[in-house]
Amino acid sequence: MTENKAENAIIRMFHVHKRYGKKNALADITLDVEQNELLLVTGPSGAGKSTLLRLLYFGEALTEGQILIDGMNLSRISKNRIPLVRRQFGIIFQDYKLIPTKTVYENIALVLEVKGEKTRFIQKKVGSVLRTVGMEERINAFPPSLSGGEQQRIAVARAVVGDPKIILADEPTGSLDSESADVIMSLLKGVHDRGATVIIATHDKEIIHNTGGRVIYLKDGCLMEPPMPEPQTDKKKTITL
Amino acid sequence: MKTGLSLFFIKRAFQDMISNRFLHIVTIVTIALSILIVSAFGLFYTNINEIMMSWKKGVKIMAYLNKDVEKIQLPELKQKILSLYGVSSVLFIPKEEALEKLKQQMKRQVSLFENLKENPLPDVFEVRMIPSTQNWGKVEILAAQIELFPQVAGVEYGQRWLSRVSGIFNLFKFAGTAMCIVFFMASVFIVANTIRLLFFSRREEFEIMRLVGATDGFIKAPFYIEGMIQGAIGGLAGILILFIIYFVITSNVDPGISSGFFTMRFLPVSTSIGILCGSMFSGWLGCYLSLKQFLKY
Repeated sequence: MTENKAENAIIRMFHVHKRYGKKNALADITLDVEQNELLLVTGPSGAGKSTLLRLLYFGEALTEGQILIDGMNLSRISKNRIPLVRRQFGIIFQDYKLIPTKTVYENIALVLEVKGEKTRFIQKKVGSVLRTVGMEERINAFPPSLSGGEQQRIAVARAVVGDPKIILADEPTGSLDSESADVIMSLLKGVHDRGATVIIATHDKEIIHNTGGRVIYLKDGCLMEPPMPEPQTDKKKTITL
Repeated sequence: MKTGLSLFFIKRAFQDMISNRFLHIVTIVTIALSILIVSAFGLFYTNINEIMMSWKKGVKIMAYLNKDVEKIQLPELKQKILSLYGVSSVLFIPKEEALEKLKQQMKRQVSLFENLKENPLPDVFEVRMIPSTQNWGKVEILAAQIELFPQVAGVEYGQRWLSRVSGIFNLFKFAGTAMCIVFFMASVFIVANTIRLLFFSRREEFEIMRLVGATDGFIKAPFYIEGMIQGAIGGLAGILILFIIYFVITSNVDPGISSGFFTMRFLPVSTSIGILCGSMFSGWLGCYLSLKQFLKY
């Protein structure tokens, strides 16, 4: 059973440590994430949730241990291959990280442009994901003119436009009202239903209860038993991408 | 690089330049001024060099022969002088012919020659040099070699003042080259500074680009294109301004002043292209130096 799980794992972490000076941000994390798994990483502020995600997309280098992404050992890849690793991810941030001087279209198209895709394909694909997130009418808008919920929908569109195998969402609903948060979570569940592995870092108990999927709990950089009962799945509407 | 990708980068470079036009205009104006100064020096150098060449073409060595040199020795001596490095022609001027020339030149003082019992002038070899080997050092060496022949009483190579002018010209050439280097470096640092400012103001954007998988090359390419465009526009503007100045000056100068002496010319096309390429290179180098310190993982 364990072997099957390991074979099916798209992310494998072995005794991962991350230290900032003497402070342990992550300590001895060993974790497998299966293909098409929905994983919720939770824990209090400063527990290491965001650090865990950053290590995965090479936002930071780990101090000790090993991480395998789809069989590729992050500790051994050369610097010039880091962009290729990042292209396997779709990343969603709490603060959206949209380029304010570029239009909605340009922000999303960027993901495909870096891959060298042709303009026609990019136009078609961006149009398609914008329709999915319900933002096709704001294609020429600039992010500062959009609400928080709209910006996060654009961020989701940007994360999925390149059809990545893995979606990382770091507190995706952290700065949204509950209605917008529901829309974003539905979009993410839709991405998961389509076959992507989705990892969401959140401390929102309601999301944890309603989303379903495996939950891991981090405290002071260590993996612990969740202090709460197993989340009850509350089936909500799912927007399929 | 794929053509489509190149066009994409060029388009992005132009978009960036338009959105940060003030900074780019300031940079282009500064490059244009640097190029104007450098190419003005080039223009001055080209024309002065031409004048010097025309003067140098007139340089000849007069080898005065001893009075006891027999006519029969002359062909052998002529042959020996001709065999020296850098000699293009040797002309024998007999003393009788020299005296006749002198009399013609001094028609008003012809009475001076009436009481002469014998011709005071010596026979002379007039030695001319191959133009490509002409420089003042070689003229001096050749003169010294000719003077060593026992039949030669002395040598004279007129226009000694040319040696001094030549020295000043060389000094000017050296100063001009140093000036070109200084202005080239100035252009490079100005471009580097512009790119640094642009990069700093857009660092968040580049961070996002990297997060979505952009390579360093993808981020840097438009900057290199921008640097080269800045260099090209600045270079073209500098050369164009110089041409207008040149045109205004040559249109207002009396053609009689220079017609018999030399004709003022603008920079040759090859030099202009060279300056333009240098300007583009300075743009590229500025980018390179600036971006080298960024985009480190």
